[in-house]
Amino acid sequence: MKTLVIAEHDNASLKAATLNAVAAAGALGGDVDILVAGAGCGDAAHAAAQVSGISKVICADNAAYEHQLAENVSLLVAELGADYDNLLAPSTPNGKNIMPRVAALLDVGQISDILSVESADTFTRPIYAGNVIATVQSSDPKKVITVRTTAFDAVPSEGGSATVESCSVVHDAGVSQFIREEVAVSDRPELTSASVVISGGRGMQNGDNFSLLEGIADKLNAAIGASRAAVDAGFVPNDYQVGQTGKIVAPDLYIAVGISGAIQHLAGMKDSKVIVAINKDEDAPIFQVADYGLVADLFEALPELEAAI
Amino acid sequence: MKALVAVKRVVDYNVKVRAKADGTDVDLNNVKMAINPFCEIAVEEAVRLKEAGTVTEIVAVSVGESSCQEQIRTALALGADRGVHVEVEGRPEPLTIAKLLKGVVDQESPDLVIMGKQSIDGDNNQTGQMLGALTGMGQGTFASEVKIGDGSIEVVREVDGGLQTVSLTLPAIITTDLRLNEPRYASLPNIMKAKKKPLETLTPDQLSVSVQSHVTQVGVTPPPERAAGIKVEDVSQLVDKLKNEAKVI
Repeated sequence: MKTLVIAEHDNASLKAATLNAVAAAGALGGDVDILVAGAGCGDAAHAAAQVSGISKVICADNAAYEHQLAENVSLLVAELGADYDNLLAPSTPNGKNIMPRVAALLDVGQISDILSVESADTFTRPIYAGNVIATVQSSDPKKVITVRTTAFDAVPSEGGSATVESCSVVHDAGVSQFIREEVAVSDRPELTSASVVISGGRGMQNGDNFSLLEGIADKLNAAIGASRAAVDAGFVPNDYQVGQTGKIVAPDLYIAVGISGAIQHLAGMKDSKVIVAINKDEDAPIFQVADYGLVADLFEALPELEAAI
Repeated sequence: MKALVAVKRVVDYNVKVRAKADGTDVDLNNVKMAINPFCEIAVEEAVRLKEAGTVTEIVAVSVGESSCQEQIRTALALGADRGVHVEVEGRPEPLTIAKLLKGVVDQESPDLVIMGKQSIDGDNNQTGQMLGALTGMGQGTFASEVKIGDGSIEVVREVDGGLQTVSLTLPAIITTDLRLNEPRYASLPNIMKAKKKPLETLTPDQLSVSVQSHVTQVGVTPPPERAAGIKVEDVSQLVDKLKNEAKVI
């Protein structure tokens, strides 16, 4: 059994989501290799070689892969896939963009967002916004899979000593081009890997009021998230969205502030270890999943909370 | 410019779907069905491009049982010009749907294919990308803004940490994210007019596609239940519980 994990990286460093995907690969058993496809991605490949339990890192360093455009990377992964039984990527926007394309090139199905590995061909995954967990079995000779990162504990990023092999295969489909990227720079932990997340919803009333969450986030070293309602209303950027079709988080502590708790939002956070809900509507559905509910006006409760921690 | 829009019939987004007691499948008896929300956004985008004079014809396609003609009619009421229904029994998998859509693409030669990024039943998020691989088209997935240029299209995509803009050679595929637009409601006169718009039915045979199974559902279970929590009186009790009971701060 051989598994290739497609690394999540920004050429300079390896993203934490890769470590969760490696953990899922480990659950399948056998050799686990990592592919780092990028441009000037030697540092990311070096970091991948340190990851615990990796046999080999394949580094495909070419301008065609710089922004990991799916049209180009999928052709590379499909070609390299000939040597592997399983192709895995974390279920991030990047993994979701590339892996179905790989699967179709290989004429196999793709299994999205696996929560567990039951056997070599059987997995569980959430459907209907996580209201149902399906057990699915693949009859394909090769499995192409994306991994729900919150369902697998990350493997250690250190301790490995894999060889780095450079790969000179170049695929440029010539149909897509990177133009620009507007990525917010933040000193806060990443939303999907933070151990504490504090999210605001429609109840925050406007974007400026999110500053009430910032002081608490600073004290708890928390990431800040939001409900779809808050993103749609323009309070915060899209990448804050926690939910069925946004980011899936499972921190040790999730604090939902002014969030009513639509099933689509619950789908993105209900696997958090401890959930706190602060909402002035005592009938808000968020209280049904909260370990600790506080019925209060958030504009009074938040400053108090910041002072008390 | 011709736009092909794919729409899917799914359980209405307000329905909380449950597993059947025997664990064989989800219980979909008597639940309300609707057009997948992301597909509705796809239809709206095509209609806006037509209103802007960029798109001249919108073809709405759906793959599924005969009941999905209802969702094609919804797309027609929203502004699509004609419908194509590819009739398949049961629940076809994303790869099968992508192959059938490729058949329709070969027949229709659209300049643009617009579809939802995922359907809220299977939550797969695969079909658009798979169609991209099968047709060789570029893909602007998770689109929050679309600008059509001369022979190409610029798509702003929702990615980790922000937004990415890519340029794709036409024909190309767009999969919609939530912020692309806010869909309109169909007016009653348009719903009436939609009943008279042409709707063609095709079979997989006609598109030379064999329907195969790659991934089968073995069973379903409800997700782990969370134990009921408590209501705290005030902030100080909350902080005390978090520190001393849950020990998370």
